[in-house]
Amino acid sequence: MSTTTAPETHAGHAEAHHELGFIRTYIFSTDHKMIARQFLFTSLLFLLVGGTLASMVRWQLGFPGQPMPLGGGLPDTMAPGGIILPEFYNSLVTMHATFMVFFALMPLQAGVFGNLLIPLQIGAEDMAFPRINMVSFWILPVAGIIMLASFFVEGGAAGAGWTSYAPLSASGEWTGVYMGQILWLTSLAVLGFSSILGALNYVTTVINMRAPGMTWFRIPLATWSLFVTAWLLLLAIPILTGGAILLLFDQTIGTAFFRPEGSGEPLLWQHIFWFFGHPEVYILILPAMGFTSEVIACRSRKPIFGYHSMVIAMVAIGFLGWIVWGHHMFQSGMNPLLGMTFMATTVVIAVPSAIKTFNWMGTLWRGNIHFDTPLLHAIAFVSLFIIGGLSGIFMAVAPVDIYIHDTYFIVAHLHYVLVGGSLFGIFAGITFWYPKMFGRMMNEGLGKVHFVLSFIFYNMAFFPMHNLGVQGMMRRIYDPNQYEYLQGLQPTNTFISISVFLFAATQVIFAFNFLWSLRAGKEAGRNPWKSNTLLWATPSPPPHGNFPEMPIVNRGPYEYSHPDAEEDFWPQDAPPATSGSGGQPAASPTPEPVPGD
Amino acid sequence: MNFSWLMPETVSTFGPALDNLYYVILWITGIVFFATEIILVVFLVKYRHTEGRKAEYIQGSNKAEVVWTAIPFVIVMSLAFYSKGLWDEIRDPAMIPADAYPIELMGRQFEWNATYSGADNQFGTSDDFDVLNELHIPVDRPIRIELEAEDVIHSFFLPDFRVKQDAVPGMTTPVWFEATRTGEFPLACAELCGLGHYTMGGTVIVYSQADFQDWLAGQQAQAEDD
Repeated sequence: MSTTTAPETHAGHAEAHHELGFIRTYIFSTDHKMIARQFLFTSLLFLLVGGTLASMVRWQLGFPGQPMPLGGGLPDTMAPGGIILPEFYNSLVTMHATFMVFFALMPLQAGVFGNLLIPLQIGAEDMAFPRINMVSFWILPVAGIIMLASFFVEGGAAGAGWTSYAPLSASGEWTGVYMGQILWLTSLAVLGFSSILGALNYVTTVINMRAPGMTWFRIPLATWSLFVTAWLLLLAIPILTGGAILLLFDQTIGTAFFRPEGSGEPLLWQHIFWFFGHPEVYILILPAMGFTSEVIACRSRKPIFGYHSMVIAMVAIGFLGWIVWGHHMFQSGMNPLLGMTFMATTVVIAVPSAIKTFNWMGTLWRGNIHFDTPLLHAIAFVSLFIIGGLSGIFMAVAPVDIYIHDTYFIVAHLHYVLVGGSLFGIFAGITFWYPKMFGRMMNEGLGKVHFVLSFIFYNMAFFPMHNLGVQGMMRRIYDPNQYEYLQGLQPTNTFISISVFLFAATQVIFAFNFLWSLRAGKEAGRNPWKSNTLLWATPSPPPHGNFPEMPIVNRGPYEYSHPDAEEDFWPQDAPPATSGSGGQPAASPTPEPVPGD
Repeated sequence: MNFSWLMPETVSTFGPALDNLYYVILWITGIVFFATEIILVVFLVKYRHTEGRKAEYIQGSNKAEVVWTAIPFVIVMSLAFYSKGLWDEIRDPAMIPADAYPIELMGRQFEWNATYSGADNQFGTSDDFDVLNELHIPVDRPIRIELEAEDVIHSFFLPDFRVKQDAVPGMTTPVWFEATRTGEFPLACAELCGLGHYTMGGTVIVYSQADFQDWLAGQQAQAEDD
């Protein structure tokens, strides 16, 4: 089973690979796996940026008005003597969210794993449009540089929040930020093309390039999640881009789409933003749900419980995500008669989330659970997503939202979903698929230490934010001590800040493990986790063109511990159980790990 | 450190109903939280890998799917419909008490400007007077705030009254509430409105009805002197 028997198309690509120079291989690559790695390194850097900004925000809240360690190096327009200014604080809050949402969590999920997993899990040699794929990646650093540059222009970076509510965002006269706000919108409008092009590729690839036998209901859940996400990207991102361009017109050429003095409508921006923004929430978590499903099924050596329900739940979330945006606007002045409508649609979206949670638990039930690092992160995802999901019910119920809207309760909720959920899901994904990406295993000991410390410090940092919200502490407040009734919360805020710093410091362990294992990790072989999807039938890392020959899919992706299989896993491309298998030619390579591939 | 899940004391008529709804959700989510997390931990311990153990080949159960689709659906939909009455009571403009005492409140960077109609109870007349960052109101009488913003969006937040409503430039939004006891309470801005957002606080001063009339008369006299 080597390249000598490979079909023409695949061999052709494999040869072409050898002719590519350094630049075509590592920089302007069209190979989806290299693009996945480029996305990974770039978005991890942006994650670091977002985390640094968060640490500064927490310094101000934990130790208001005190000079920040190492803060003396910042210019006087940001933090004279290391003391953060209110206008810089607003920029920090805005840019922390912007980098985390658009430059870290989105590319870490859709960018990295959309590229890595989709072709490998459906048995394709690459994406449908490899060059569009390359462009999709290269837009990310360009947009990132525009966004970073905004810190250094006069007036500083955007400071109207990541939601950029007009008219605050529509004119520099309200914030003192002119160019920074323009660069913010420009960067997001540019970045939108990255998502649109990527999504176009994912949708086309999944529909058209599945290997023989890869029916819709044999597609692994990670690819399903990325497929649903791709549709959301394709439909939601243009709405943001359109809105951003209108807001840019308001700022630069004096239109009044969102400014009331020209008969514009401030709430129109909110409708546009959240019509994009709520599907965006699912763009930020659906892939992590997919990773969690893969890891939990594989590491508990059991079929995923209720595969069809899992798929239907994701598709349902994909649809329902479009009709709930009004719950972000219960207190906005939107017609209160819409409150009941959006309350009903919003609570319904709890149902598919509940279905997914119960099915993950059903998968663990009577399983044979291997506690490796990816599984630990996947369990963290489930247990923290439960909290984030349940806390969402408070704000879905409109009367209760009156009180907790725009308080730290919301901050707690969204960080339970996006850090406890998405980031732990991403850690599960990275640690699980690292061997396929780089051919080596990450260190298990370091991985477990990183997991345990992250899990503890994470909860210490974010759980008490619920309590701050219940006590009435608002979001985006430079110094809560301005309000007498919030002064008693300072010890809680200091506790949270210290926990955030510990959580951030713990990520050094991950960074070290990640980089060190690139060189020193144990060789992974083809299939170190004894998993079923086609991805693991390829060498690690897979060559250009991926599959030495076209794989043929004989079963679903989660046939673990099947009574007819000799081992506790049964790869999708392994030949059927009946040993004589009729006239069918041998389907595929053996699933055994081949060391040194 | 404050890790309390209890709502602070409330001083408005609909506050207890809102808090009650919060506690209903807290109980439901609390029970679901402990139940699911405990089951999760039990599964992790009970079904951990040991030598020679094999997972059971179970692909799912339609009965289970129906159960855990239907039960959450019924619970959350009940919550939504149970909440409708309170939402309407607080927010439906048609349900604002007709005898409510009117005050115009304008948010601007970074202060709250309250306008009182004066003795003639008519806005836009010469005996109107303004008060900055203080909202003086009588106890046990519904208050109707006509909320506006001059520049950007602010949010009128009275934590003790369980009141929050964005003030949007170009729009007038009615807000009503009724204080149940006298005293001074914070007024906050809950929507990021620029670099002084965190300073945009004020005070609600609730008088007995007689004291409120005295205060009004005093202001009136002062306004006429000016």
